[in-house]
Amino acid sequence: MKYAFFLGCLTPVMARHFELSARKVAKKLGVKLVDVEDFACCGFPIMSVDRETALLMAARNLSVAEDLGLDVCTVCNGCASTLTEASKELMHDQQLRDRVNEKLKKIGRTYKGNVRVKHFARVLYEDVGPEKIKSQVKNSLEGLKVASHYGCHYLKPSSVFDKFEDPEFPRTLDILISALGAEAVEYEDKIHCCGGVILDVDDKIALAMAQEKLEHIKAAGANAINLICPLCGSMYDRNQRVIERRSGATYNLPVLYYTQVLGLALGLSPEELGLNMNRVKTSDLLSKLGF
Amino acid sequence: MITKLDPKFKDEVSKLPGGQNIKRCFQCGTCNVGCPVREIEEKYNPRKIIRMTVLGMRERVLSSNFIWLCSACYTCQERCPQDVRIPEVMNTLKNLAVKEGYIHSSFAKRVELVGTHGKLFPISQFDNTKREELGLPQIPLENKEVKELFKLTGLNKLSSAKGEE
Repeated sequence: MKYAFFLGCLTPVMARHFELSARKVAKKLGVKLVDVEDFACCGFPIMSVDRETALLMAARNLSVAEDLGLDVCTVCNGCASTLTEASKELMHDQQLRDRVNEKLKKIGRTYKGNVRVKHFARVLYEDVGPEKIKSQVKNSLEGLKVASHYGCHYLKPSSVFDKFEDPEFPRTLDILISALGAEAVEYEDKIHCCGGVILDVDDKIALAMAQEKLEHIKAAGANAINLICPLCGSMYDRNQRVIERRSGATYNLPVLYYTQVLGLALGLSPEELGLNMNRVKTSDLLSKLGF
Repeated sequence: MITKLDPKFKDEVSKLPGGQNIKRCFQCGTCNVGCPVREIEEKYNPRKIIRMTVLGMRERVLSSNFIWLCSACYTCQERCPQDVRIPEVMNTLKNLAVKEGYIHSSFAKRVELVGTHGKLFPISQFDNTKREELGLPQIPLENKEVKELFKLTGLNKLSSAKGEE
């Protein structure tokens, strides 16, 4: 289990605690994540503007990994879907690959089409596996009720992701939560989008989308939200106070990245997992768990 | 108001990557029903956008604000009985809108940030100091190859918009 570690744009700046926990957990479970200086933006933010440029950006990143002989592991859903889609298109479409390589050649790169891409959560589910994770649990999280938000681009479009997840009834994150002894909570409109992609187009709509989800998760009695994307994280964690201020509602729902939850169960300390950096305070949650 | 129609608009869209299946739409409205954006704001109406496109309302569609509201969640794409691939059609329409000079200001900003720094959220020295304190590796402040790619596709010349806010 060795991957080129694709951090993306958002994580190193705004979700360092997510990154920190992912690295700590990877080390503990024997997943080797190799840092790569030459990675840049995956291409996702440019897709709406110019699909060709976005594809070239994705292909450039893939060629960087290919030169190192590594597959790619991401910690962001947006990066996961953009790079996975590009890797699939370029693997099967020789003509497209030739066209892309014509341009890549001008910056001194080529892509042969051999790299595969996985989100870190998918690596944990498929490569490590819930059984092995379960066997490594030192602190069972029994009594904790966790609502998982999958985020759209972890599993959709499902054709791109080889249907490893059910787009209507996703289950991998809930299985990964249950493996830690915690209760995986069901809630209304579980597969709804966080709204993050349109936050800078219309923040009223985007925040209302996030708020609706907070309502449903609160109503289901969850103690925390579990997610795997820094953009979803910014909607529910960084913007939870904004939503509360604008609407007068109170949610006080801690938002954790999956490897933060997993790390606690594996016996890592809250500080090692950056749980002091989450915007919504995690202290009550941690004391409930005996930390 | 019925503006000038361009009956070839649907052909134009269907020839572009992402737009191939637009003519298959039979207006069932499955996309609207599951759309989380529409649940909040009714002015976002994917079924209507598809219909307007098929009817040839080129200018109205490309200059509109609503094509930029798709959150690309792919719920409609998973459910569409005709495999129209609505988010991809929206993407194609946005790409065309950009070519016509109607880029949404937030996207013009994205182009500038990614084109300059190689990243949507540029790394500052402050970020790298914070990273060092946490034992995280340093991140390069820019990426020259992305800049070069922008030159190759002409995206570096894209400045701000006419019309949209």
